[in-house]
Amino acid sequence: MSFLIDNFVELTVTGLVLGAVYGLVALGYTLVYGVLQLINFAHSEVWMFGSFAAVWVTVALGVAPGSALPIVIGVLLLALLAAMTVSGGVALLLERVAYRRLIRLDAPKLVALISAIGASFALAELMGLRDRVAGWLGLRDTLDPYVRSARDNTRFRNPLETEGVFSVGGYTVTNVDIIIIVSAILMMVALDQFIRRTRTGRGIRAVAQDSEAAALMGVNRNRVIRATFLVGGIMAGAAALLYLMRFGVTRWNAGFLLGVKAFTAAVLGGIGNVRGALLGGFVLGLAENYGSALIGSEWRDVVAFLLLVVILLFRPTGLLGESLGRARA
Amino acid sequence: MTQGKASPDTEPSAARSAWGPRLGWDRGALARRITALPVPAKWTLIGAFVVFLYALPLLEIPILSTPDTDFGAVLFTVASYVLVALGLNVVLGYAGLLDLGYVGFYAIGAYTVAVFGSLQAQLSWWLLIPMAVVFTTISGVLLGAPTLRVRGDYLAIVTLGFGEIIRLTALNTDWLGAAKGITGVPRPPSVELFEIPHLQWEGATAVIDLDDTTTFLVFGVADQAPYYWLALTVIFIVLGADRMLRLSRVGRAWEATREDEDAAELMGVPTFRFKLLAFASGAFIGGLSGALFASRQGFINPESFQLLLSILFVAAVVVGGAGNRWGVIMGAIVVAYLPERFRGFEEWRLLVFGMALLILANFRPQGLIPPRRTRRAQAVDEQLEALEEGTDRV
Repeated sequence: MSFLIDNFVELTVTGLVLGAVYGLVALGYTLVYGVLQLINFAHSEVWMFGSFAAVWVTVALGVAPGSALPIVIGVLLLALLAAMTVSGGVALLLERVAYRRLIRLDAPKLVALISAIGASFALAELMGLRDRVAGWLGLRDTLDPYVRSARDNTRFRNPLETEGVFSVGGYTVTNVDIIIIVSAILMMVALDQFIRRTRTGRGIRAVAQDSEAAALMGVNRNRVIRATFLVGGIMAGAAALLYLMRFGVTRWNAGFLLGVKAFTAAVLGGIGNVRGALLGGFVLGLAENYGSALIGSEWRDVVAFLLLVVILLFRPTGLLGESLGRARA
Repeated sequence: MTQGKASPDTEPSAARSAWGPRLGWDRGALARRITALPVPAKWTLIGAFVVFLYALPLLEIPILSTPDTDFGAVLFTVASYVLVALGLNVVLGYAGLLDLGYVGFYAIGAYTVAVFGSLQAQLSWWLLIPMAVVFTTISGVLLGAPTLRVRGDYLAIVTLGFGEIIRLTALNTDWLGAAKGITGVPRPPSVELFEIPHLQWEGATAVIDLDDTTTFLVFGVADQAPYYWLALTVIFIVLGADRMLRLSRVGRAWEATREDEDAAELMGVPTFRFKLLAFASGAFIGGLSGALFASRQGFINPESFQLLLSILFVAAVVVGGAGNRWGVIMGAIVVAYLPERFRGFEEWRLLVFGMALLILANFRPQGLIPPRRTRRAQAVDEQLEALEEGTDRV
């Protein structure tokens, strides 16, 4: 108990940082669920591909930590762009390969889940086997810095040096902490406005409410679904870079646990609810941190899952309720 | 078995010709041929097939056998997947409850045997198996009672959470062996009766190999065939029980609940109680399978009960055709056997497995062998569609 009180600020800040990442990844689950009522199981792989894209950009540019600020910012922006592009692309690919046919056939949800699980396996394995794939293509030597030790942790060398900005309650809040929390909130606001104000956003809400009626009103359902996947993927790409800035490593199967946590966050906030995703992420991140401070860090994941179970039993629609369709413009 | 090969004695109805080509599989033809046989011939055929199944580890058939791992062990793995799939089929196929934490029951069964057989007490194997089954059934009821009130996808997530909680609890509790797991799990008691030789193949000819024998019935480490026989026997018993349940009032109540819970409730089906029963029966079979797994393995740790396993189980059921017991057996064989058979491509097998799941889900969404009801419903759907379109396909 005293550990919790002594480190309360640190636990809160790191909980919020973790929660911001959960929230951004949770968006992918929430959007797809809101529109299609499907659990996009492979979304974790979308995030994982984004994280590798970010790592590869820094490897390719080879910027040492402590370079001049404009260079650092440039590299980070490039990494962000790469992560967003790759994640968005993978999300679109996923929609095309794993979902489109099943949506058209109006197949049972369970089958779409299995399809997504298959895609998730294939994508993760593809990343884990990237050295083999490169060797197969005869590019093993050229691509060595990108594909070596494919099954191990891949380190991200953050060009931005972590430094303290101000101290509160015995914890020095770092620049990285601030960047992550602020950018997560900004992106969430931007996405919320996108869904509320733009034409595509209106389409997404319409399909979420009643896809047949929307189709009759001239909404191109397939385009809306593609846009949903793309937006979710882009957010996951941003989450990937933010995650790397704080935690520094990724690996081919890192997506799985993070995906489960992010999904938990989405359900916590009310799946299908865009604002709920960030709130759910923050609540989950904080609960995990406080919980593991109270009963030991080995129980961290248990705390997360117990929270999920309790919320679902007592408030099955999550904290803010399911409302992608009901959001008013 | 395409539509064209359907036996001529049955008149292909209009509806069937509408869905036949699309499904590409007329199970009716094979089933009708077997049913049409005289009773003694039918039983001989079934008997021969059963004997063949028991003899599988001895036959060492060249294409079927796994070159890189002990075939008996692979067969046991396949058999335990089949058992799990049959259990999950009750929950998922019959009652329509998506359980993503099924591995939790498997783990409870395995841990009961390990904890009370080795770590904390040394009970007899004959006592451990019923204990494992009772514990898992109770846990199924305890887990089901609060969670079955949530519906659909939420149930999937709640069960997923519970599955992980069970694994993490085992991982973090010293009394349960924590991360290092439990060794010396009791094996089934052995009786040494006689030796059975294996076959050896040279090209297409089989020779009885007297040096390579399996002792009946010794549950050792080296020869895994007896475990397979044990699991196979359990499968036959479970299949019998499954058939009886399915055809009973309980089976119909499950079907009604799955199709439309509100309608079933209005018709006087106490859906909650039946869902709980499905959960408990599923847990029963899962626990049994876990207990067998632990006594074969001799060693368990939390690593053996990853969430991934739950997902593989669900994949087995859905790929095979949820609701059809032969379908899910098929699915379990696909999910368990293919990766073992192609261990030569060790590195690539999961990639191929993922792609196979993707392709199967997309091009055979109703499962390899869909239940009869699904096919009936699809036939009706297509008939209606054809009528609406006003084409003369019907």
